[in-house]
Amino acid sequence: MNTLAHAPTLTPRAAFRRPGMRWSRDELIARAVLLAVMAMLFVFLVAPLASILAHAVQDKEGRFVGLTHFITYFQTPSLLRAAWNSVWVSAAVVAISVPTAFVFAYALTRSCMPVWLKATFRLIALIPLLAPSLLSAISFVQWFGNQGALKFLLGGMSIYGAPGIILAEVYNTFPHALMILVTALSLADGRLYEAATALRTRPLRQFMTITLPSCKYGLISASTVVFTYVVSDFGAPKVIGGNFNVLSVDVFKQVVGQHNFSIGAVVGMLLLLPSVISFAIDWVVRRKLKAQLTARSVPYRPKPRKLADALLLLFCVGVCGLLLATIGMAIYTSLITLWPYDLSPTLKHYHFVLLESDMAAAYFNSLEVAAITAVAGSFIVFVGAYLIEKTRNLGLMRRTMHMMAVLSMAVPGLVLGLGYVMFFNHPANPLGFLYQTMAILVISMVVHYYTSSHLTAVTALKQIDNEFEAVSASLKVPFIKTFFRVTVPVCLPAILDIGRYFFVVSMASLSCAIFLYTPDTILASVAIMHMDDAGDIGPAAALASLIVVTSTVVCIVYSLLTRVLLSRTQAWRQLGRG
Amino acid sequence: MDMTAGPSLAETPRAAALEIVGIRKDFETFSALRDIHLRVNAGEMLCFLGPSGCGKTTLLRIIAGLETQTAGQILQNGKDVSWLPPDRRDYGIVFQSYALFPNLSIADNVGYGLVNSRARKAEIKARVDELLTLVGLPTSGAKYPSQLSGGQQQRVALARALATRPGLLLLDEPLSALDAIERIRLRGEIRRLQKQVGITTIMVTHDQEEALSMADRIVVMNHGVIEQVGTPMDIYERPATPFVADFVGKVNVLRAMALGQQRFKVGDLELQCDACDAAFAPGDAVNLYLRPEDRMAENLREDTANRMNVLVSKVEFLGGLCIAEVTADALHGQTLGLHFSLNQLHDLDIREGHTIEIALRANRIRAFAAPSASAARAHA
Repeated sequence: MNTLAHAPTLTPRAAFRRPGMRWSRDELIARAVLLAVMAMLFVFLVAPLASILAHAVQDKEGRFVGLTHFITYFQTPSLLRAAWNSVWVSAAVVAISVPTAFVFAYALTRSCMPVWLKATFRLIALIPLLAPSLLSAISFVQWFGNQGALKFLLGGMSIYGAPGIILAEVYNTFPHALMILVTALSLADGRLYEAATALRTRPLRQFMTITLPSCKYGLISASTVVFTYVVSDFGAPKVIGGNFNVLSVDVFKQVVGQHNFSIGAVVGMLLLLPSVISFAIDWVVRRKLKAQLTARSVPYRPKPRKLADALLLLFCVGVCGLLLATIGMAIYTSLITLWPYDLSPTLKHYHFVLLESDMAAAYFNSLEVAAITAVAGSFIVFVGAYLIEKTRNLGLMRRTMHMMAVLSMAVPGLVLGLGYVMFFNHPANPLGFLYQTMAILVISMVVHYYTSSHLTAVTALKQIDNEFEAVSASLKVPFIKTFFRVTVPVCLPAILDIGRYFFVVSMASLSCAIFLYTPDTILASVAIMHMDDAGDIGPAAALASLIVVTSTVVCIVYSLLTRVLLSRTQAWRQLGRG
Repeated sequence: MDMTAGPSLAETPRAAALEIVGIRKDFETFSALRDIHLRVNAGEMLCFLGPSGCGKTTLLRIIAGLETQTAGQILQNGKDVSWLPPDRRDYGIVFQSYALFPNLSIADNVGYGLVNSRARKAEIKARVDELLTLVGLPTSGAKYPSQLSGGQQQRVALARALATRPGLLLLDEPLSALDAIERIRLRGEIRRLQKQVGITTIMVTHDQEEALSMADRIVVMNHGVIEQVGTPMDIYERPATPFVADFVGKVNVLRAMALGQQRFKVGDLELQCDACDAAFAPGDAVNLYLRPEDRMAENLREDTANRMNVLVSKVEFLGGLCIAEVTADALHGQTLGLHFSLNQLHDLDIREGHTIEIALRANRIRAFAAPSASAARAHA
């Protein structure tokens, strides 16, 4: 009563209630779904990592032993050497791959080559993305191995070991570095060059003072991505590494070969270290990259420079030649009887893979996993990104979700797989039934490739108006309806991109699956590794080629489908341009 | 929706359409809004006016339920909506960015909220047509937003917000994204629509001209507090604070000392000020505020107050209306910028270096206590 007297406009209930927004049904649904996505990332990313950490400090009976395993590890010279090998080989790959990709990217963005040539070069340069990392290793074995076509070029040196790994990884990482550097180089402000020319600055000085500094972050980013890729890659060193030990192969040997989970966990932690560091650098750098270009920048248009253009063209032809020679050798190997003794063309390897052995099952398993990952992955990723981008007042939830979404990139597939073995194989885990199923393979793919897809989705979502949800609420339309009627159609190109990405990467992925497959759920990339181990190079090359062909066909079909779909559903886009 | 508004208005005829009681909004490092009290009358157009960061948009978003207040209440037609989520409140909203759904046709955009209220198709179509006619786009229903100009898109957004017949219309800087010509055209049109529909409207703007020309009442805000509430004329002619005088319209500031009885000493001159609300003790330091147009230069008589001879130091030609900067030794170096029409410049021979006689309008000069040094720093 007194309150009423003092403040007549305050209703007593409101006066005594603690302030807090009442949640509508919509907001409850949004939070519930977001919690489900977060729970998935927690159970399938954070918990397995924690499980590795736990194994690293426990003995076989589960007693806490502190840093004993780490000490053992560091006192074993052979193990320690693997760590050093990993580091220097990765550094060497960075030193070759990044400068090459930079010149290539420079040619694509800053030269006056015909557009169709640039497009062709670009397509050829992206081919390595379609193949498992094993393929390039197999190919280099064919070129430079004991019976290699060009073995004489090595002059007695063996390809098995560091040289082979470096060659194969340069091939594998080239498109990754190229994509980043093309982006960095296309973000040029043409006005800067005009100002420099007006000040009579020589081309070389323009390059040193404008071009290079503007790509600084791109170069750092590309280097960290390449470094991380090589440190955590398993396929190439397994095939062409010989007795040359690296961390990733060591994890495999410790866990699968010797069942030494404790040392495996320690190596896993070490494997995580460079990834996390380079990932952190990359993250900081990427933020700066964004702020570089202002809305007032004018895109750079290259002017013809005869000599430079010709040299760049020559360079691109050379690089593309090498890339094609690599993939070409793998395909060639799959089409001849037996290198180097019987070069007669044959389809018997394909026949063997698809009809005579159980490798067909592996191929179809891979197809199945890739297809399900594409559909489920793009759905989960997009819904998760949508909810954290467009839901109000999430506070801590938003930050936690974003951190987990971004963490996945820092975790090598091998480490993730190892975490799954330790976490889901644990007898007390109620989710243990997932172990040894196709489902866990799909989940591991979704989680392992979560970050890039998440960032693609976030970028697309940031481009659409932030107030759609507010408008819907004011019109009393549930946000789910607006999501399906507006947000999804508007973001369809990005969603389709995410789906294709998931398909291609899970089709070729090896490191994630190597700990998780069973004879029933074996994937093509694992099968290739086994065949290579057994010396069945022909069938291995055939299966690898099949993966490349499948991914290529899927990409082509995808882009055709996308075009048809977009022309049907995106009439508003075309009209806007006209 | 009108049904809820009707009877409650009848029972308590003096109930405000919207009442804001002690709203506060604290962010981690600063207070965006402090103790805001405000009544919005039914059917009026109210403008929140202030520089960026003054809290006007935050206040609008709190009214919409898009932000949560730290303390305080929002009452709509007497009903407490303070903690209701946006979809349980009754308003339509228009944003600076239009926020039209790009993949839906104009008609689908306008009918977006109607489909949900389970109206029949024919009814929806009729209502959409009615609204499109209302906003002057009767033939654009089949087009997509990207085919329309900014002004047309904003009209569609307006139609969409009005479609469900909300009791309150919120406009968040609706004209800021438009070019100058469209902005002025749409200004008049929004005002006409608002009167025609009779909907209580709150508009946020940082453009004083927009506020002066459109609003029934203006709420001038600065640093999270309300500086003044009043009609556009009130705000312009009788600014309540130095900030309002400074922010709305142009103004000259003269340092002066109070002499008592509404007389002030500026340099060597004594000025009469008939419009001072506050009483100053003789000797108080004050600032006198005078708008550029509040001078007389013709038909001056012996008994005209505040006459003085001034030297024209600069004439800034701006077209039909020009600014002459004048000074006088008696003002101790203080200058005044005064408006003259181009014709007056010619007729009165106002040129650089000429001396002219003017008088400052005694009923227009506003006096405010001069800020102390520390307060002046905080203000800056």
